[in-house]
Amino acid sequence: MSDGPRAIVAAHGDLAEGLVSAVARVAGAEAAARLMPFSNASLGGAELANAMRQALASSGARVVFTDLPAGSCTIAARRMARELPGLAVVCGANLPMLLAFVMAQPHGPDTLALAVERGRSGIVVAEAGARVD
Amino acid sequence: MSIEVFRIDDRLVHGQVVVGWGQPLALGFVVLVDNLVAESDWEQDLYRMGVPPEMSVHFESVDGALAHLAEYEGRPEHGLLLTGDIATMRALVERGAAIRHVNVGGLHHRAGRSPRLRYVFLDPAEEADLRAIADRGVAVDAQDVPAAHPVPLAELLAATGG
Repeated sequence: MSDGPRAIVAAHGDLAEGLVSAVARVAGAEAAARLMPFSNASLGGAELANAMRQALASSGARVVFTDLPAGSCTIAARRMARELPGLAVVCGANLPMLLAFVMAQPHGPDTLALAVERGRSGIVVAEAGARVD
Repeated sequence: MSIEVFRIDDRLVHGQVVVGWGQPLALGFVVLVDNLVAESDWEQDLYRMGVPPEMSVHFESVDGALAHLAEYEGRPEHGLLLTGDIATMRALVERGAAIRHVNVGGLHHRAGRSPRLRYVFLDPAEEADLRAIADRGVAVDAQDVPAAHPVPLAELLAATGG
């Protein structure tokens, strides 16, 4: 089923590794192998762009999921989108989004839109709880 | 109000700036001083996208920053001035910008640089630039986020850990 990474998950610290690890726990290692984790740790802006360029070239991924719209991973991914027309960049990645992406069968042009929708709908207040000041 | 932080950070506008400093200081604006970014609409769009709607980003060359610094200092909101390298901050200081404190926020691994802190790597020329800034009476320390302990320049230059 798996044919290598279809997307890069780029995030601060160890978040990308953690997200991909969680995908493996829920959907299995083969599904998680469609995602390549990528961290911005210890990388400046130019070095981060270079590292992402290499990751895209080695994986053939055409999608980059990032954590923070304002973050350095997103800046680097948008630079890559300028170099690689057709590269998709999605900010605010979460587990429901990544699960929908890797489990979509077949993978088609609507897969990314579906994943984004699952990511959005996965954010809910399950219990309102007490007010926190 | 005034520019609260003069920061050197090779990632320029990113999470630590917008969220890490932006929220506790209630930053209303960021001044990004970079000669290349100041000439590129596309680069400016890239960085503008990253800030929340309540925060504005202004792009200046070194010359532009020196010309407009007093206006920025007079704005009613809190601000942060950002350069991507030490040489640009040194140019601002040596050309007369009224800067009393410089924050080294992030200079990451690159060939020729040695590790000083987890988020600060320096080459000899950059160390000389920092000393030159300090020689002008400017306090220099390293601090990636407000909750971290500021590391004074002497301690930073003596550190050997990455």
